[in-house]
This record gives sequence, C-alpha cells and structure tokens, in this order.
Amino acid sequence: MPEFKPKTVYVTYIAATPERVWQALTSSEVTRKYFWDRDIEIEPKLGGAFALRLPDGTVNVRGKVIAWDPPRKLSVTWQVEWPEEFRKLPECVVTYEIAPAGEAVRLTITESHSWNVPDAILSGGRSGWPAALSSLKSLLETGKAPAIKMEPPKEMIEAIRRL
Amino acid sequence: MAKPSFIYVTYIKTTPEKLWMALTDPALMKQYWFGMHQRAEWKAGAPWQLVFPDGRIADTGEVVEVDPPKRLVIKWRNEWKPELKAEGYSRCTMEIIQAGEIVRLTIIHEIDKPDSKLIEAVSGGWPKVLASLKSLLETGAALSGIDQLGKA
Repeated sequence: MPEFKPKTVYVTYIAATPERVWQALTSSEVTRKYFWDRDIEIEPKLGGAFALRLPDGTVNVRGKVIAWDPPRKLSVTWQVEWPEEFRKLPECVVTYEIAPAGEAVRLTITESHSWNVPDAILSGGRSGWPAALSSLKSLLETGKAPAIKMEPPKEMIEAIRRL
Repeated sequence: MAKPSFIYVTYIKTTPEKLWMALTDPALMKQYWFGMHQRAEWKAGAPWQLVFPDGRIADTGEVVEVDPPKRLVIKWRNEWKPELKAEGYSRCTMEIIQAGEIVRLTIIHEIDKPDSKLIEAVSGGWPKVLASLKSLLETGAALSGIDQLGKA
C-alpha cells in the first residue's frame, strides 16, 4: 500500500461515551441522520468491506477496513464512486479516533492522501467534515441532527475535471 | 509559503445574535471557555485581553473590527509563554453566517511567522472552546473536564 499522509484533520469534543460515538460512526440508523442520508455498510473486521450508500441504493463511497479497534479507532480506504466523475480521484484513507477527554470524548477525523492532492480537491473534505461532525455532535447531545446543506465546492469539481 | 494559520468551522443550532452574545459576553464566555474570558470594549481600536480564571492575563491585543452579529477581528499576542510572546501579534477573525436553520461559525487564526508555536497552541485550544460553546448554546450546558488551557 502506498504511503498516505494526513492532509485534513478535524477535532471535536462530544458529551457522550466512546461506545455511543463508535455506534454513531458505524451504524446506518445513525449515519443516515447526520451524514446526508447515507447508510453505512461495514464488515466489523480488518480487511472487511465498507460502503456508503445513498437512499436509492447507489454506492457513494467504497473501501476496505484497515483499522478496526472499537471504540477507539476506525480507518477505512475511501474511493468515491458517485458522482461518476469523482471516480477519477485516487482513493484516500479516512480515520476516526475516539479518546476520553474529561466527561466528554475527543473525536478526531483525519483524511490522508497518497498523492500531491491540490487544495481545491481537499476543499471537499474541509467543508464536509466540519458539517458532518457538527451535525453528529448535535445528534448525540440533543437527539436531533440539524440539516446542513452541502454540495461539493465548485473549485473541487473543476479540479477533478482537470485530472 | 502560505502564512501559518488555523481555520476551524463549526455549525451551531442558534441565531447569529445569540452566538454573537456568547462570543462577547464575559459571563457566557466563562461558562464555555473553561473559566476564561475576553475583556474588551467591543469597538475598533479598543484594548483587548484574554483573562485566566484566576485573573492572570493570558493574551493581550486590540479589537480591530466589530460588525455585530457577523464579524469580529482581534489583534492577539500571547503574554504568558515567552516563546509565544516573542512571535508578536497574530490575527484572529471570527465570522458568523446564517445557513438555513443553523449558524456557521468560522475562526481563522493567523500569524506572519514561519513554524509558529502560537498557531500550534491555538490549534489545540480552539476545538475545545468551540465544541464547548456549541454544547452550551444547544443544550444549556458547556463541556467540562476537557480543558488543559493555561495549565502548561
């Protein structure tokens, strides 16, 4: 496997247990509330298959589990399959780390890449992760995930077309 | 080489006015900023301080821009760690944008100093403070026990 270097890191703190945060990351009943209606499919083991699916069944992201250590660390390879033109993007690695922090937990998400990825392409994750994790934090703390409208940034789409 | 900067975005279920109040009212700040607060008259050119719970001064500077409830810019220098103070003034911009039923808060903290230790320090602090602020506005209770601010 090529070397993947962290390019985007987002940290938040959530008043919840590590187990609840883990469950929120790995079960569809929760992901579809804060991750723009996506269902998650994940085989709970190293090397297991991973996918995010849209409500109509279309696979949005596909990958493999490369770290599975509940409720501490989850790492998956991340190949975007939809929208179709995003398939040109080399796969990246997304890692979630959960650590106790006082009466809360620290959740860190790291997006790592194996190539010299331009900022324009990183802008997708840099706008998406804060929204997803803000919504997840609200969901776990208040029971409701606010809808945060999000589309791939124009600069990202243009950069993908240039690949 | 781009200027060292820390950018953090969070979405909060509140109004721009309530968020503005939370960013500028010392009593509210003390709840989510682990006992710390900013001391300032909120007008451009006024002196600004960030104060530890025990009254010691953590940082000093100046209010640069005030546009409630949208934008606040602060000139910001550390006062309690000599190696950070030596880096001089940083600039912290807070922007509030209504986004549907939710409010987006962006913090941009930047300095014209390569390999800045101040930016490294605030990169660890802001996510704690802003997560705690979000909890306070959405649930009525800030986060507790997660801070190591000012304890180095």
